[in-house]
Amino acid sequence: MSTAISTYSKSDYINFVVLMVLGFLVIPMTVSSDYWFTSILIPWLCLALATIGQQVIMGYTGQLALGAAGFMAAGAFACFNLILRVDGLPFFGALIISGLIAAAIGIVFGLPSLRIRGIYLMVATLASQFFIIWVIDKFGWFKNYDSSGIITAQDIVIFGRPYTSPVDMYLVILVVVTIMTILAINMARGSTGRNWMAVRDMDVAAESMGVSLLKTKLQAFAISSFFCGVAGALFAFTYLKSLEPVAFDIKLSFKILFMCILGGLGTINGAFIGAGFILLFPVLLNYLGNNVFHGAIDATIISAMEQVVFGVLMIVFMIYEPLGMAKLWENLKQRFFKKKDN
Amino acid sequence: MGSEILFFFEVLVGGLLAGTMYSLVALGFVLIYKASATFNFAQGAMVFFAVLSFVGFMELGLPFFFAFLVTIGLMVIVGLSTERLVLRPLMNQSEDTLLMATIGLGYVLEGLAQAAWGVEVRRLDLGIPDFPIMFIADAIGIFISALDLTAGAVAAFMVISLAILFTQTKIGLGLRAVADDPGAASSIGIPLKHIMLLVWSAAGVVALVAGCLWGARAGVQFALVDLALKALPVLIIGGFSSIPGAIVGGLIIGSTEKVLEVYIGPFFGGAIEGWAPYVLAVFFLLKRPEGLFGEKIIRRV
Repeated sequence: MSTAISTYSKSDYINFVVLMVLGFLVIPMTVSSDYWFTSILIPWLCLALATIGQQVIMGYTGQLALGAAGFMAAGAFACFNLILRVDGLPFFGALIISGLIAAAIGIVFGLPSLRIRGIYLMVATLASQFFIIWVIDKFGWFKNYDSSGIITAQDIVIFGRPYTSPVDMYLVILVVVTIMTILAINMARGSTGRNWMAVRDMDVAAESMGVSLLKTKLQAFAISSFFCGVAGALFAFTYLKSLEPVAFDIKLSFKILFMCILGGLGTINGAFIGAGFILLFPVLLNYLGNNVFHGAIDATIISAMEQVVFGVLMIVFMIYEPLGMAKLWENLKQRFFKKKDN
Repeated sequence: MGSEILFFFEVLVGGLLAGTMYSLVALGFVLIYKASATFNFAQGAMVFFAVLSFVGFMELGLPFFFAFLVTIGLMVIVGLSTERLVLRPLMNQSEDTLLMATIGLGYVLEGLAQAAWGVEVRRLDLGIPDFPIMFIADAIGIFISALDLTAGAVAAFMVISLAILFTQTKIGLGLRAVADDPGAASSIGIPLKHIMLLVWSAAGVVALVAGCLWGARAGVQFALVDLALKALPVLIIGGFSSIPGAIVGGLIIGSTEKVLEVYIGPFFGGAIEGWAPYVLAVFFLLKRPEGLFGEKIIRRV
């Protein structure tokens, strides 16, 4: 079965090796400031993973879902409780089970997608967002009856060795994100992804070709929620270092939606580009505010302007490049390296 | 026993009247959807933008009525620029693309409002107290807030005037023609741009009125945007293209969420009104996807 679609070109392998060397060797050896790890690289990888989840459901399957943060919360609290209550469960085991729990919840809340679409589905997924957060907030068991509302996440321990320094945590996340990204790329390229896209482009036609809508949509919801759940667990354990339901509110869902759309719907690298942009742009604005305007601009105005820029970009991309930044990147490559590969 | 029944009615009436506030937000939604088949996700942001600007103008020293007029002017400008900069370049795009563009528009409006007027919570005094009206309380023993009652009256007035606009005037005929088939409407000489401008301005005015009532109750603050999200379940229950639907949907959501909160909420630690409307909407969707008053959705392949 070596068709043109399922094989990778030589340049794909080169890119992969370069990225791996960069991620596992160059960055840990050259980046010395903890700030870069804790405030940029770690949240970037976590949110990119969640954005891949959003890509699966929205970019590939065309279902307008707006509840990524809810599933992230489910994953985070599942992981917390698993490590707390199951003795001897390794961290990666807890991570996978949390993803599966999030996936199960995702299937339940994905059920309405069989009958509705567009903004109707968006409202149905909003129900999941508010409901999951409420359940975690109101039933003390999930928070281990902690009254303060903010619970410190346990340390990550793998084979008896604690991974608590920023570089260690970065490497743990990088391993997870690498494996899951390869999985996602392969799913998107294979028959699974082709079914998703067929449903996205025209569900009736897909159904008449023998693609089961029920199976494909629910599968997409499950996989999307799995990615969000794992991302949420990593996000809570490494970036927030605490578990609080408010951290996973509707604003985070919108943020992931923006990462997904600005990055480029239906692309995996778009998830990384979009997450990086949404995360780095405020940092850049703050830097400009502090160093160029020397604090002359109020911080609230800067954060408001950041919202305006995201909104404007959203509109501009919808008008001029609905495929997002990943497509811009593609165009750039085309211009500078004229058809070296493919 | 009697007092329990009275209390139930009090909860119910309070919920119904609070529901009309959701209806007002939903109304702006319906206006735009009827005329341009666009889900305007930015309606909540417009509510926030309008009322924050209104309060801001009053803080600058403008008298109440004048500030109201200036804000209406501002909302017309918002409508005008939305039509020019967002809708016109996106003409003939899919519904989902337009929806995402209006999400972006919402972000722009929220950001601009906060950049211009700041983020602190403001009080808005309409001169209508949010206290029970005593003579009603004395007469039938039900406590009804004057503000709720005003909201109900305003919503009724808005619905009647919009219904007249849509069914009795030439503009309304044009609006319905555009909603039906923009191409055919413009080919017989209905000015599409003017219609769009009119609709977006009307939605802006509705947003301002809704914002004033919400602001008087909950304070003028960012949380208004989240409150306005509850207009979505209202629309799903009522149907996206029906003005009476927006009202009925609002009443259903308002009363159900209050009754559930008061009678069922305590068993679960409260705050179920945060998600109850959405879950209710999902059940409606499964039973009647087009809403109570909406037109049946026919998709052609």
